[in-house]
Amino acid sequence: MSAVTLGSEERRKAAGPVAAHAAAARVAAAWRLLASVEDPEIPALSIVDLGLVRFVEVDAGEVLQVGLSPTYVGCPATEVIRRSAQDALRQGGVGGFKVINVLSPAWSSDWITAEGRRKLLEYGIVPPDQSVSNMREVLRGTRLLACPRCQSLDTEVVSEFGSTPCKALHRCRTCLEPFEYFKCI
Amino acid sequence: MSAAAPKADSAALFRYVLRLGDLSLVLGQRLGEWVGHCPALEEDLGLANIALDLIGQARLLLSYAGEIEGRGRDEDKLAYLREQGAYLNAILAEQPNGDFGQTIVRQVLIDAFQLELYERLAASRDGRLAAIAAKSVKEVRYHLRYSSDWLVRLGDGTAESHARVQFALDLLWPYTVELFAADDLDTLMAESGIGPDLSEVHSAWNARIDAILNEATLKRPAHRPHAWHGKRGQHSEHLGYILAEMQYLQRIYPDARW
Repeated sequence: MSAVTLGSEERRKAAGPVAAHAAAARVAAAWRLLASVEDPEIPALSIVDLGLVRFVEVDAGEVLQVGLSPTYVGCPATEVIRRSAQDALRQGGVGGFKVINVLSPAWSSDWITAEGRRKLLEYGIVPPDQSVSNMREVLRGTRLLACPRCQSLDTEVVSEFGSTPCKALHRCRTCLEPFEYFKCI
Repeated sequence: MSAAAPKADSAALFRYVLRLGDLSLVLGQRLGEWVGHCPALEEDLGLANIALDLIGQARLLLSYAGEIEGRGRDEDKLAYLREQGAYLNAILAEQPNGDFGQTIVRQVLIDAFQLELYERLAASRDGRLAAIAAKSVKEVRYHLRYSSDWLVRLGDGTAESHARVQFALDLLWPYTVELFAADDLDTLMAESGIGPDLSEVHSAWNARIDAILNEATLKRPAHRPHAWHGKRGQHSEHLGYILAEMQYLQRIYPDARW
């Protein structure tokens, strides 16, 4: 290579503190806007709460790069999420941007934020276990889930596939209400 | 760089990726036929969710195949406008649903295959295939949990359910041979570090299937020679009907979009 290629960070430094400050402000504004984009299936949560936003950065050409990951490969919400994110960024006026589909590393339910887990539970969906390795025990019924309504531990698995691919269907034997569990993946 | 003949490689890679994508697409389309007809609402949701995951895999794989080919065909053009002979799925995927037990048997056989295949493909030298496999394998684990749980319930259930799934197993078993029969393309992919060694996938699959059949009190059918070549585009009579239904809209209204 004959010329030294500067990364976006180095370029900003070279361009001086004013440019670096402007870029940081755009990134912060973009994160705020994305935090207002609801998941179409679980509107209580934003796409930031779900850990779907993988990065926001300004590249060498001053274009804001936004990385988004799908939860499940066939999830129909993926397209809606992408469009909603683009609309939010456009309306928020963050300048030129590009939304990139990030497949690797694959999204994990471990990336749902603590805030996201709290919101899920409030919404009536039991949040995923923090550790994917506990998934087996949950689905085998050897590890008990507490009912999100009455906190009873007397619950059972009805189906491993609920209303969306990401959720399993459970039932409380005490209050007899069904509830959903966000699967570990 | 020691890699030779990039031109021949991209044609081979195109066919290899189509094989993977077509298996998911055809099986996903088959499972979709169950929507509204399952024995219970939970199973309707279960099979529909699995179908959705499979079609998601197919979209990623066919999009990639179209890019490799470089002739402007995207996922939709590859799915909706190819003739039967250009489909490269193993023909197990296109076998009819039969009763619920037969669908479950076909699902267990293919889920276990995809699980062992994708786990190895996640270490492929082809970064894009590795990423797709690493993403998909997480979902396939759930598919196999679902299908193998049902197979155990039916096999170790009543005399009637046992007889039905044993019949389905005997019926579908010969088609599994094709999944592991490595031809020149499979060998080329394994040698270039892109695809796994199918004999390795086969022994892992055998161990997994034997454990499930044992728990389900089902008898493993004897090995029989086969003459199926869906991976080369020679299909059973069933694929034509699947494509006729799946491709109907695009054939009648070319380039129709949502």
